[in-house]
Amino acid sequence: MDKMPKWADVILTPLISLILAMAISAIVILAIGESPWLALKTMIDGALGSSYGWGYTLYYTTNFIFTGLAVAVAYHASLFNIGGEGQAMLGGLGVALIALALPWPHWSLALPAAMVGAALFGAAWALIPAWLQARRGSHIVITTIMFNFIAAALLNYMLVNILKPAGTQDPASANFPEGAHLPQLTEMAAALGIEWGKNTPVNITFIIALIACILVWLLIWRTRLGYEIRALGRSEPAALYAGISPVRITVIAMLISGGLAGLMAINNVMGEAERLVLNAVEGAGFIGIAVALMGRNHPFGVFLAALLFGFLYQGGGELALWTSIPRELIVVIQALVILFTGALDNMVRMPLERIFLALRGKGHA
Amino acid sequence: MTLMKTFMASLALAALATGSALAEPALIFDLGGKFDKSFNEAAYRGAERWAEETGGSYKELEMQSEAQREQALRRLAETGANPIVMTGFAFGNILNEIAPDYPDTKFAIIDAVVDQPNVKSIMFAEQEGSYLVGVLAAMASESGTIGFIGGMDVPLIRQFGCGYAQGAKAENPDIKIVANMTGTTPAAWNDPVKGGELTKAQISQGADVVFAAAGGTGIGVLQAAADGGILSIGVDSNQNHLHPGKVLTSMIKRVDVAVYEAFKAGEDLETGQSVLGLESDGVGYALDDNNASLITDEMKAKVDEIAEKIKSGEIEVHDYYSDNTCPALNF
Repeated sequence: MDKMPKWADVILTPLISLILAMAISAIVILAIGESPWLALKTMIDGALGSSYGWGYTLYYTTNFIFTGLAVAVAYHASLFNIGGEGQAMLGGLGVALIALALPWPHWSLALPAAMVGAALFGAAWALIPAWLQARRGSHIVITTIMFNFIAAALLNYMLVNILKPAGTQDPASANFPEGAHLPQLTEMAAALGIEWGKNTPVNITFIIALIACILVWLLIWRTRLGYEIRALGRSEPAALYAGISPVRITVIAMLISGGLAGLMAINNVMGEAERLVLNAVEGAGFIGIAVALMGRNHPFGVFLAALLFGFLYQGGGELALWTSIPRELIVVIQALVILFTGALDNMVRMPLERIFLALRGKGHA
Repeated sequence: MTLMKTFMASLALAALATGSALAEPALIFDLGGKFDKSFNEAAYRGAERWAEETGGSYKELEMQSEAQREQALRRLAETGANPIVMTGFAFGNILNEIAPDYPDTKFAIIDAVVDQPNVKSIMFAEQEGSYLVGVLAAMASESGTIGFIGGMDVPLIRQFGCGYAQGAKAENPDIKIVANMTGTTPAAWNDPVKGGELTKAQISQGADVVFAAAGGTGIGVLQAAADGGILSIGVDSNQNHLHPGKVLTSMIKRVDVAVYEAFKAGEDLETGQSVLGLESDGVGYALDDNNASLITDEMKAKVDEIAEKIKSGEIEVHDYYSDNTCPALNF
């Protein structure tokens, strides 16, 4: 029997963690002589106060949905994939190679092709750690994090030596052709006669991310494969006894996870920069871990947590741009949120559980 | 009360008048951050010098993510900052897109070329300055082996390394050049420990002069070289004073001058492309009391002669950007 009602588990716990993180952030901001109230106001205004702010918030959210889903899927198979960063980098490489390979006539053709490229490259990058885990027992946490560094080196080599057009300084690929331009939400809103989010990077990938949430939910709870993944995650001997091959499921779960992380590149590489830059992922792969933890590995939770981190990113960016709060402090605030919602989850959860148990005990008596 | 009102009104008017007559310039730092001990910090010093001399104020922004670049440029342009100076090639593409949207604002970008009517592109001929310190390194080396330690492996740093190798090879065709990059992530700009380790490795391979073109990592290179009893060469700013008598020279890149000049020109900033090389003192080698004992008269005469030849075009230093290859060094 569950110790707490579902709503307390999914909403109340993260909310209290969040408030605690905010409170400590406020103390830190006070300590450096700035007003926490003004900081909060700047963040909320900057991230949610206008369609412009929303445009950026949703752009970051899209990144975090993909990396969050990637971590969540692997987590259901009891695999801790912290290689989302590298997988997303490789996904970017896949997108760039495909977008630059052909003079795409229209985005509706380029998008599916680029999605295949992104997912394949991301999945391929997860394949070796998955295989090593399944066959050799090399721990996936170690291998995936090492693969992040290999990905950085590979991407650097590709950009500096192969993809960089001659005569430029910037280690970045050439600009993608016009036909590979993804529709921005601004343009889609304008087509409906609404002026929304001018000059913001959020694009059609946001809708794809929402669809990905639904598909992951279907996969995990409504398909045989999802059942096998969850069974393996709960107990490997039991899964084996039920005729599920741990090697097969480990590899498949990691391929799906890597593919999802790779798909993030559709948003940042194809939707925003429209070329591949060295620094494209910017830690979104690691934020995905916090997003998945906070979202309790459920696609809807991942969506909400991604939205929160999108807000923190955009709001934090605004704070850094328009107040004298140094940007290092923004990282401190984000880290506090991760610390409280991820690492210190039980600190809030356990007392809450006790309270609910006590309440229930009274109810029975 | 009325007196107060009039006073306030005139004050407001005065503020408005100065505001419209003198728009504040703005400076945007790249992801490395303002205090990177190198490139961005040099830009900051240039801006500070301008502020001190004129008593003016300026806006400054530090980037936090790639997607913010466009946001920052647009918001600054909309608040009326003029001119807007940005450091780093990474802004090139975005500036090219947004500059036409703000025809009345002047932009200046360092280390990239953006072909727009309201943009000034400032490039440095790093290969020329690096060539000179390469010549000095070859002359100072007794073992016939010299080292190069780059920061992050990007074309910019290869440009430094390539100029250095060409200079050294021109002086001594048999010289051996050991080249290492610190890493492939931005962390490579600020990893003095690894810089020190690489220096020790190069010393064990026989190098007795090392050139660090590695931002904050270079601090570790210079330290390890001084500890190991060999000579080192600093970069961007004059770093001779860090270990007096042990830093052979520094390859100077005057980012601060570029920013200072742009701020000083204000709204009348001349647009177009300019390359700051030896000719315009945009790059060079540093000579001061700290390294006077290391640079002999013969070395000075030689390197000054070569500098003249580069200025006149008699010696042409290969530009790594032109074809992404380096004739003198394999990376």
